[in-house]
Amino acid sequence: MPTVTVAREDLYRELGVTMTDQEFEDLCFEYGIELDDITSEKEIVRKEKGEEAARGLDETILYKIEVAANRYDLLCLEGLAQSLRVFLGRDETPLFRLLPTIPTEVATITSATQGVRPYFVCAILRNLHFTPTSYKSFIDLQDKLHQNIGRKRTLVAIGTHDYDTIRGPFTYTAKETSEIKFKALNQTEEYTAEQLFEIYRKDNRMKKYVAIIENSPVTPIIYDSQGIVLSMPPIINGDHSKITLNTKNVFIDITACDLTKAHVTLHTIIAAFSQYCTEKFTVEPVKVIDPEGREHVCPRMDERDVEVDINYVNKLIGTNLSPDKACTLLNKMSLRSTEEGNKIKVRVPITRSDILHPCDIAEDVGIAYGYNNIEKRVPQVTTIAKQQPLNHLSDLLRAEVAQAGFIEVLTFALVSFEENYDKLRRERDGLAVEISNPKTFEFQIPRTTLLPGLLKTLSSNKKFPLPIKIFELSDAVVKDENAGNGTRNVRMLSALHSNTSAGFEVVHGLLDIVMEKLGFSFPGDYHLVPCEDPTFFPGRQAQIFSHGKKVGIMGIIHPEVLKNFELKYPVSALEIDFELLSTLIRI
Amino acid sequence: MEEALLSELVAHDEITNSFEFAQHLNKSHQELASAISSLSMDEFIIAEHREQLVPELTDKGKEFVREGSPEVIVYNYVLNNPGVSQAQIQTTLGEVGKFGFSQAMKNKWIGIDKETKLVNVTVDHVDDTVKLQLEAFQRNEEVKIDELRKRKLIDNVKRSYFVIRKGPNFAPHRQKPEAELTYDMVRTGNWKTTTFKEYNFNAKGKYPAGGHLHPLLKVRAQVRNILLDMGFEEMPTNTFVVSSFWNFDALFQPQAHPARDAHDTFFIKSPEFANDFEDDYRQRVQEVHERGGYESIGFRYKWSIDDARKNVLRTHTTANSSKMLYKLAQNGFKPKKYFSIDRVFRNETLDATHLAEFHQIEGVVADRNIGLADLIGIIAEFFRRMGITDIKFKPAYNPYTEPSMEIFGYHPILKKWTEIGNSGVFRPEMLRPMGLPEDVNVLGWGLSLERPTMIQYSIGNIRDLFGSKLELSGIQSNPICRFKTDE
Repeated sequence: MPTVTVAREDLYRELGVTMTDQEFEDLCFEYGIELDDITSEKEIVRKEKGEEAARGLDETILYKIEVAANRYDLLCLEGLAQSLRVFLGRDETPLFRLLPTIPTEVATITSATQGVRPYFVCAILRNLHFTPTSYKSFIDLQDKLHQNIGRKRTLVAIGTHDYDTIRGPFTYTAKETSEIKFKALNQTEEYTAEQLFEIYRKDNRMKKYVAIIENSPVTPIIYDSQGIVLSMPPIINGDHSKITLNTKNVFIDITACDLTKAHVTLHTIIAAFSQYCTEKFTVEPVKVIDPEGREHVCPRMDERDVEVDINYVNKLIGTNLSPDKACTLLNKMSLRSTEEGNKIKVRVPITRSDILHPCDIAEDVGIAYGYNNIEKRVPQVTTIAKQQPLNHLSDLLRAEVAQAGFIEVLTFALVSFEENYDKLRRERDGLAVEISNPKTFEFQIPRTTLLPGLLKTLSSNKKFPLPIKIFELSDAVVKDENAGNGTRNVRMLSALHSNTSAGFEVVHGLLDIVMEKLGFSFPGDYHLVPCEDPTFFPGRQAQIFSHGKKVGIMGIIHPEVLKNFELKYPVSALEIDFELLSTLIRI
Repeated sequence: MEEALLSELVAHDEITNSFEFAQHLNKSHQELASAISSLSMDEFIIAEHREQLVPELTDKGKEFVREGSPEVIVYNYVLNNPGVSQAQIQTTLGEVGKFGFSQAMKNKWIGIDKETKLVNVTVDHVDDTVKLQLEAFQRNEEVKIDELRKRKLIDNVKRSYFVIRKGPNFAPHRQKPEAELTYDMVRTGNWKTTTFKEYNFNAKGKYPAGGHLHPLLKVRAQVRNILLDMGFEEMPTNTFVVSSFWNFDALFQPQAHPARDAHDTFFIKSPEFANDFEDDYRQRVQEVHERGGYESIGFRYKWSIDDARKNVLRTHTTANSSKMLYKLAQNGFKPKKYFSIDRVFRNETLDATHLAEFHQIEGVVADRNIGLADLIGIIAEFFRRMGITDIKFKPAYNPYTEPSMEIFGYHPILKKWTEIGNSGVFRPEMLRPMGLPEDVNVLGWGLSLERPTMIQYSIGNIRDLFGSKLELSGIQSNPICRFKTDE
């Protein structure tokens, strides 16, 4: 979940009310956000770098607030305070409007962009008055939007410009890197795009943005009518049009691979910062001409009307509200609503891109009503409990194996190739499912045998008095061409015995108990056949057969395997394909 | 020996000198001392340690007794070798010769011819009175010992002994208490006269050799019981690998959703793609993502079947629940309560509270005309049975449920409010494409199995609970799992 950091005093000033930390925390709980931490810049640095580094830093109290991942409108102080003011009944949901309603400015998208970053939207905020706080918030919001809805600028990238330094009409196009040359933000001289890529590849913060675009034959670029570069999305803006605290008119450009997200991003910025315009909550539109020559007015400012049946809401939430009451509650949630008989007509503002379906409206009724005020109800339907047969059988047998003197362990399903094969002296047989991107190096495959986990358990329990008897009954995973996803789980039972001597007879005895408890008799239902598995000691191993099927193997673990798992004492092991065996049970 | 000691005390109440008593018994004092120590331990007697100085043969005295006195040795030598020279005597007999010669001369038993300087006996017969005296002393007979002391044949030594009286447990006879009731005692009836050693109840007993079940799975068993008691049916979940389609797309989770990043999800390199969903259902899912439907506006982006076919290690068991609900819709809807408890996988960096795999508990209720109130009710009942009665709900965001609620509980062990689970009503965009009727709502909630287990057993580090690094002794000593409820 994304986190927004705001100064406590700024928040209470914006809310127009002061609360204790606890009161604010309770408000967050009710509204569905979370006061994650109360801290200060000094405190944050102190925790990370120590007392010395923190000396003299700002001690202003900060709230770190976690917001829902689909509420982009809450990603800055302005949006958060707006929503909470309305929730607290201290303000009304603003009505955003275009001013003027007909665009005078123009931007054109060329077809060159269509293969690389096809969407472009823009707008102008007129007569803004930034304060140091709101200016910082403006920059922070762009960063948050880049990270969240923009998926680290892969889907959406934002550029903001001092409109007074540039002149339309604007062109969003794409060119070869060698054809692009401009002075990028915070650079002292002009470079070609090629040179800039080179510079940014060495910059830890910037290199990931270069990676988004560098394999494309053309690079997106935005020009004004004089050939001045506004932005080279999604990497960097031009230095010429950079905004400052004194900027009065802001041109916002947004390029994207997802048009819906481009509009949401633009709306989010407008909704949060148009309040600082001389004409509050207004935005100047731009006529955007797409490569097919179609004209669009940007931003759309398309508020949507949704009709919701009160019965639907009451059923979904479990309330018994009148349409009137529901409207009151929805208005608290920044959703302007009016009743029409049993219907509630909701105007979804541009800030609420999270509303996709009437169920989203119903949820807001629930939140405003208070989840904890909803009366508990237990569903009346009678259903009959049932266990999965394999799980039921597994539990029955786990108890038997424990009663036979074995301690149950539970090891990770994920192991390395080395543990699953090499250390067991087994050939890599291609049966293992392979993970492409593990963060932890050794999680390369789901195990195909439980033995590595059990041997590792022995290895980390060298202080435990001998003899050690352990077992695990869990799933392994193997490739299976007949399965829809090409894999299947296999429930396995594995057990180890370790002592000053290997004690083959101990695991052999366990096999007999397991078979006996499952109703198999010896030698009619199962028998042993000598085998040559390199995991086990030659001549001290056997495969277990039941009704013509190989259901398992047991033997004395090979001393080289012991060495590979850093074990000193001999070990004997039993491993059964429990899933296969369970199909042969006749009791 | 014990018997003799006890009967002496019966007769005389006191033994004034244990050393002398040992001599009286003709036993060594060492032997008696061990009987004394054993009887004292059981407080049959009280033994006071004392010391006294007593005359005793010196090493030289003992040699006299063994070899005879030097003067007699010299006399006998001269008797057998008449006319021997003094030098010869000393060469042959050494120290004894030198010392015995002068004493034999003093006793006038031998003499030296003044002319020839040869030595001969002067008397026919001598008695070894010194040796006899020493022997008499050893026999405790009255002997004048002053002369013997002078000759350093007898000297005073320190000697330990005990004064012994009756102790609080005194009895004329003692039986050594037995530790065990044996087959022989039962057979012969000896148990009637046998005394048994007292047990030390401050020590622990012998640990039985049996096996033990794993703590996490003991908690799993209890949670299973709760859900079975509540009429829930277990879902098959033995598929760790699922397609992104079932893990995400079927749940109306957009393809650009952060959870689908490689940071959080294990993607499968081989086999990379799945074919585990039907095409007409795929079309409906694609439609609802791209354009919406069922009163939804959808996510309005280009949906990719290649992304949907990518295999992953399931990030939640809801991947299996979605398959079950799809199946339920195909087979003609009936109200159902489903549950599962199984492993899920997250591509996380491991630390004290995060593992790359953990167990998810999931409950699902599908019925007509149910809603949030029912979800709240059933969650309350579930947690009540886990011993948590105070719960409250916080609005939350979950891609596939709406409304969504985080569940907070006042934990009786932690004694504070803590997040205990997540829940919600599945979105229509997930259910309707499956073919579930419009009036059917599906409620779901989930929590990890590890967290309640860590709280139940006060385990701080998750690696002490799950994985190959945990200690077997911990599994061995782990108590039963019973959730304390108010019933």
